[in-house]
Amino acid sequence: MLRRVLLTLAMAATVAAGVACRNRTPSGDAPPPAADLGLAPDFSVTDLSGQTLTLSSYRGKVVLLDFWATWCIPCREEVPHLVELQNKYREAGLVILGISVDDEVAPVREFYRTYKINYPVAVGDAALAERYGGILGVPVAFMIDRHGRIQWKHEGQTAAAVFERDITALLARR
Amino acid sequence: MRLNALAVVCLILTLAPQSVRAQAVAKPGIKPAELVTLLKLPKAQQPLIIQIGFRVMFQQAHIPGSEFIGPGADATAIEQLKKRVQNLSRTASIVLYCGCCPWDRCPNVTPAAKALAGMGFTNVKLLDIPTDFGTDWVSKGYPVQKGS
Repeated sequence: MLRRVLLTLAMAATVAAGVACRNRTPSGDAPPPAADLGLAPDFSVTDLSGQTLTLSSYRGKVVLLDFWATWCIPCREEVPHLVELQNKYREAGLVILGISVDDEVAPVREFYRTYKINYPVAVGDAALAERYGGILGVPVAFMIDRHGRIQWKHEGQTAAAVFERDITALLARR
Repeated sequence: MRLNALAVVCLILTLAPQSVRAQAVAKPGIKPAELVTLLKLPKAQQPLIIQIGFRVMFQQAHIPGSEFIGPGADATAIEQLKKRVQNLSRTASIVLYCGCCPWDRCPNVTPAAKALAGMGFTNVKLLDIPTDFGTDWVSKGYPVQKGS
């Protein structure tokens, strides 16, 4: 009798854990209503290749602005998905910009090469982070529409399906 | 016998996701609200608080009186940490925090905690940050300082 009770409890716990894990995974359904968090603060930074990146020069494109760090595990897991998304939606008008918050540029260059990143990456500073409301955890991604307005902000690791959902929604808008 | 084995398997499956998922070996030992209470004590009675995350975050907001060392995942930062504490009593009260991401995924806290444990420090606590520093400290209205 006791064995059966223990077995039942163990199986119930397993099912509950499985449900909890599934519920933590974003479903990739239709996006929530756009938040329109205002115009994305303009900025100019120098990317790893020495080119000047100015956010406002990307008007007309959909921009995924990603704050990240090379040592950040959730960030590292996101990057391959971002590379895939950039490949998939580049022609349609997607631009991904990576702003590293690493303390040094050398590991960022190494990471850029190792992960074969196919979008511009620059090293940011506290001033830029504060203009975006404070980057007090990583990764943080801002989805910016063709008019330069922030429509969604994702804090923490974000599933590729969620990014793709946002990207396709913004690409469809004019 | 079969029922026992099945029960054991189910329990392992229940516990495994968390143990596999957790990147940090070290576990949090002090909650933000508790540390806030300690910050009200005279400086000499407060723990040494060290941020082992990233400078850009430290400059935007850090716990008052805390010192920046750098990401614990970086060997250079660990050396800096060891230098900082080498002359302290091994029973000194030290709090380590990062806040880059959930503590159980943070690559910085465990190396730092292990370094101090290896030096013989016995009173080291990790700040419990379930989400990130912005969410679990700044947004709660706890005291912050800015700058280097």
